[in-house]
Amino acid sequence: MTETAPATRTPAALAALVPVLRDICGEDGVLTDASRRRTYESDGLTHHRSVPGVVVLPTTAEQVAAVVRLCSDRGVPFVPRGAGTGLSAGALPHAEGVLVVTSRMRRIIEIDVDNECAVVEPGVANLDVTRAAAPHGYYYAPDPSSQQVCSVGGNVAENSGGAHCLKYGFTVNHVRGLDIVTPSGELVSLGGRSPDAPGYDLIGAFVGSEGTLGIATRITVNLTRAPQKTVTLLSAFTSMDAGGRAVSSVIAAGVLPSAMEMMDALAIEAAEKAVACDYPQGAAAVLVVELDGPAAEVDAQLAEVVRLCGEAGSFETRTASGPEERARIWKGRKSAFAAVGRISPAYIVQDGVVPRTALPEVLRRITELSESSGIRVANVFHAGDGNLHPLVLFDDTEPGAADRAEEVSGAILDLCIEHGGSITGEHGVGVDKACKMPRMYGPDDLATFDLFRRSFDPDGIANPDKLLPTPRLCGERPGVRRGVHPLVESGRADQF
Amino acid sequence: MHVTDQPPEAPRERDQVFGDLLNDCVHCGFCLPTCPTNVLWGQEMDSPRGRIHLMTQMHTEDVLTETAVGHFDNCLGCLACVSSCPSGVAYDALIEHTRNRVEREHERPRGERVLRGAIFSLFPYRRRLRLMRGPLRAYGATGASSLVRRSGLLERISPALAAMERIAPPLSSPPPPLPPLVPAVGRARARVGMLVGCVQGAFFPEVNTATARVLAMEGCDVVVPRTQGCCGALSGHSGRSEESAAFARRLVEVFERARVDRVVVNSAGCGSSMKHFDRTLAEAGADDAWVRRARDMSAKVVDLTEFLVDLGPRAERHPLPLHTAYHDACHLSHGQGITQAPRALLAGIPGLRVSDLPDKEVCCGSAGVYNLLKPDAARELGDRKGRDVASTGADALVSGNPGCALQIASAMERAGRRVAVTHTARVLDASLRGLTVDQLLGR
Repeated sequence: MTETAPATRTPAALAALVPVLRDICGEDGVLTDASRRRTYESDGLTHHRSVPGVVVLPTTAEQVAAVVRLCSDRGVPFVPRGAGTGLSAGALPHAEGVLVVTSRMRRIIEIDVDNECAVVEPGVANLDVTRAAAPHGYYYAPDPSSQQVCSVGGNVAENSGGAHCLKYGFTVNHVRGLDIVTPSGELVSLGGRSPDAPGYDLIGAFVGSEGTLGIATRITVNLTRAPQKTVTLLSAFTSMDAGGRAVSSVIAAGVLPSAMEMMDALAIEAAEKAVACDYPQGAAAVLVVELDGPAAEVDAQLAEVVRLCGEAGSFETRTASGPEERARIWKGRKSAFAAVGRISPAYIVQDGVVPRTALPEVLRRITELSESSGIRVANVFHAGDGNLHPLVLFDDTEPGAADRAEEVSGAILDLCIEHGGSITGEHGVGVDKACKMPRMYGPDDLATFDLFRRSFDPDGIANPDKLLPTPRLCGERPGVRRGVHPLVESGRADQF
Repeated sequence: MHVTDQPPEAPRERDQVFGDLLNDCVHCGFCLPTCPTNVLWGQEMDSPRGRIHLMTQMHTEDVLTETAVGHFDNCLGCLACVSSCPSGVAYDALIEHTRNRVEREHERPRGERVLRGAIFSLFPYRRRLRLMRGPLRAYGATGASSLVRRSGLLERISPALAAMERIAPPLSSPPPPLPPLVPAVGRARARVGMLVGCVQGAFFPEVNTATARVLAMEGCDVVVPRTQGCCGALSGHSGRSEESAAFARRLVEVFERARVDRVVVNSAGCGSSMKHFDRTLAEAGADDAWVRRARDMSAKVVDLTEFLVDLGPRAERHPLPLHTAYHDACHLSHGQGITQAPRALLAGIPGLRVSDLPDKEVCCGSAGVYNLLKPDAARELGDRKGRDVASTGADALVSGNPGCALQIASAMERAGRRVAVTHTARVLDASLRGLTVDQLLGR
């Protein structure tokens, strides 16, 4: 848990910057008042908190560039933030830095139907792209569960996915062009309107860089033609194992659903309380499968999936093809994370990946972990690609509970790594998992990452302490030095 | 009846409850997109999530800063965040408690005090509002005291009242006041009380007439107590808890005496507030007996549309060939969770077409007296809503709240796009009576 005492004053080094920042962003585009700055102290992951030294709300790319250039000149760290819905503390502010918030850059610049793309500013909400494209028969495919609020800029930084990534891929598969402000304050364009550009794939490098390579100020995304037919199916099982069997047999049969999601009993309970989604009573697991494409193909696949679910032991299967019925099925799944607030005072949303074949084993081990620690764990996950989202529940008013929950949450990630998986599927590394990176990558890998990062950001001012492990973050408590950190000594990391 | 003073620990208990309610927020941000001030300004402190953070600061550190008050004041209280919150945060209770504290502890500048004082000595009183209607003809204001003029009050209140005056039907032909009992047509299916309201009663008496007539035609004995006053919603939403509670007590007594099965309300803001009279009284420190009485009364309160849908249609619906757009009043959709009932009723009218508005969850900016207190923000929201209404191409806008009707109509008038504005009750009334579209819209 990182927490700084509520800063009441903007640090002196920053205070000198404020008049310049006001010149750039205007009077109401710079926040220095302590109580205002404090409302930005965390993103969607609230157990990491740090009050930003100053907050700026630019409205144009030129303003972003000018702010970053100023930071670069003065060696002041900056942290980009979109809608503040991230779940890895990727937008955790820097107490002595500038928080650059893109929430006022929310124009949809163009919907180019002929070229099947949209050009948007970073603060545009993910779902608003789809809303704008829908009248033309198109939509924006990546759909994080927070799609009505999370920003496209944030999606680019985190390479966000969602339920439909199984078939359609992550954000990186849908970004065609980017205007970015580099950590030195240069405004540059990557890619363009045509689908592929020769040379190094800098878009691929930038997407998912979590704000460490700069700030996207204009994004060209693919629009996907709305499918001819979409069917959503809800199948209920008496055990998670049975649900897992259904997932494996669907994939083995060569069916590629656009989404395949699973929830366990505890997650269902929370969703029922929050949105009364009316899932089948007594279900220990529900599987939500969505099929889309040409009508004939969807119909054939639907029959196949229903049959396979039945064979795996489903006791009730519902299908919905109308938008409202489909929305009802999705409502429970989409609200699940936040809905857990109904059954627990606090919780950690974990995000890990395992090979699909390891799912049943890992879920069993999670259950054992939960039972032995007495910490409840609700499971919601993208079953099709093995992306787990265990929700670790605890009472934050109970002394020590948060630490115990953190332990369980960490042990779940260890399980993922042990089974050949990854420490994050789509929420990103941020601050939350930076210290886990050495579990996945060797010293050479991390050194290469660091080299890459420094080629964009030699001074280490762009979202420092995120993504890659740093001694300050992972090895020591701030302010207390105990000689050279082993990571520094071994050359795996540098002290910024 | 006298109210005993609250026991000394009551405020602390309420504080504890407030703290618990604050903890329900998990900071997910799902409330941001439909929050009108977030739509306008895109900054955390003017979003529900940010305001809850400011409330937490206020609560845990026991300080109320000028800055925080400004952001609390910016909140329209539209409750769109309550609808969009997956964690069930009771933002309605949070902002009410916060506003009460602001009113108790925060010293407002003199000009603001005068403005608020004037608003609350005028709007909750139907008769005073009605008396204002004469002088308003000559907008510019005859008879306004010099104090009122110095305070800038006139510039704030007059345009709003003048807008009402332009939209409201002419004073010369007000419908006769409703009798204390409007008997059911045919066999009575229910005995209901009816709220007349302040703005509705003074400026839109024909909506009340239509409401009573529809209820009677659908088989209800309609009791309209003469002595009823304001429901206290306007005061309650501005943190004037004592004043609001006093109005609430009076209304509880009036409708207890009326011996009715249901209390039907045709104004969304009033209904939303009347459904939690118990909370209003508890916030003001009333004793348990009163809170129970209030709860019993609140349980009887229904919006006209939900009541009619539950009751089921009996009277014949005549065709009304008209393209309407339906506007969800916030305190109907977010405050009471009623979105389907009015649409179902309108859909039951042959020939009537109903369009939804884009961004229908976002407030129109009327928000009780918000348009008087924060005219710039209110105007901008009104203009957005006006554009949304125009985009539907509808000939008339239907809504379940007088404030919204006024706000949207004047926004559209400013943009040079006239649209007829009417109430769900009047559309139903016209269909039940077989009126023409022209008769309904007064053309």
